[in-house]
Amino acid sequence: MNIVNSMKLSFISKSANESFARSAVAAFLLPLDPTVAEIADVKTAVSEAVTNAIVHGYPDAFGTVYIEVNLTDSGKAVIKIRDKGVGIPDIEQAMEPLYTTSTDERAGLGFAVMQSFMDSVKVRSTVGKGTTVTLEKNIIRSPYGKK
Amino acid sequence: MVDMNYRDGVVTARLFGEIDHHIAPQIRGEIDARCESCRPARLVLDFGKVGFMDSSGIGLIMGRYRMISLIGGKLEVVNVPQNLKKIFVLSGLESLGVMK
Ligand SMILES: Nc1ncnc2c1ncn2[C@@H]1O[C@H](COP(=O)(O)OP(=O)(O)OP(=O)(O)O)[C@@H](O)[C@H]1O
Ligand SMILES: [Mg+2]
Repeated sequence: MNIVNSMKLSFISKSANESFARSAVAAFLLPLDPTVAEIADVKTAVSEAVTNAIVHGYPDAFGTVYIEVNLTDSGKAVIKIRDKGVGIPDIEQAMEPLYTTSTDERAGLGFAVMQSFMDSVKVRSTVGKGTTVTLEKNIIRSPYGKK
Repeated sequence: MVDMNYRDGVVTARLFGEIDHHIAPQIRGEIDARCESCRPARLVLDFGKVGFMDSSGIGLIMGRYRMISLIGGKLEVVNVPQNLKKIFVLSGLESLGVMK
């Protein structure tokens, strides 16, 4: 499994950047010739992870959100969303549907959406250091794969 | 974002564009302000022109359900586009009985 294309981007944790982030990742995947449904799935999952970094990772001050996307020759997109924020004390509990630490109108469904819309979701986190969410999606019709 | 009108005890909020964490508070503010002044028997959320929505939209709906229940009204969610069905199913909103 070789990496055939890759990109990195970083931005300040302002909520206005949520739409930029999901659109940028979606645009980068277009050469893989994804279906409309696949693009919608990826956009939604990226929006969840980026919003979590902005809302929960950096609750008190602005920080930087990092995204890295790697495309493999088998047609897989590997998307990493990272913050250097507060971290998650109990990842298993955080990933339970409806679990939220937020007091505003949050459904507690972000991780459930990521899990149902992507093929794989992995979370690494250290309290006080930050969180990395790795999302994977197989997009079979890869033009890179044919070469 | 949202267009609203009030008629015969019904506030209809037509949402459009993308609903995410950035935009949801503004939509919430407009809907709640209108419902507070009109005290409708029914609040209709029309999703027909929404192109994108993440879990912030689910939070927005659940919050409006609570708000309208508090003032004694009913919530209705209509015209959910095909591409948003997946997140609505996952949210369990269907069991609230608000989906029309
Ligand atoms: N990057 C992060 N840094 C710190 N805590 C996080 C991070 N991502 C998630 N969490 C924690 O995990 C919980 C669950 O996240 P999830 O996205 O499932 O729900 P939510 O963000 O609370 O609500 P929703 O996504 O439905 O708006 C959050 O409430 C928060 O406590
Ligand atoms: Mg979330």
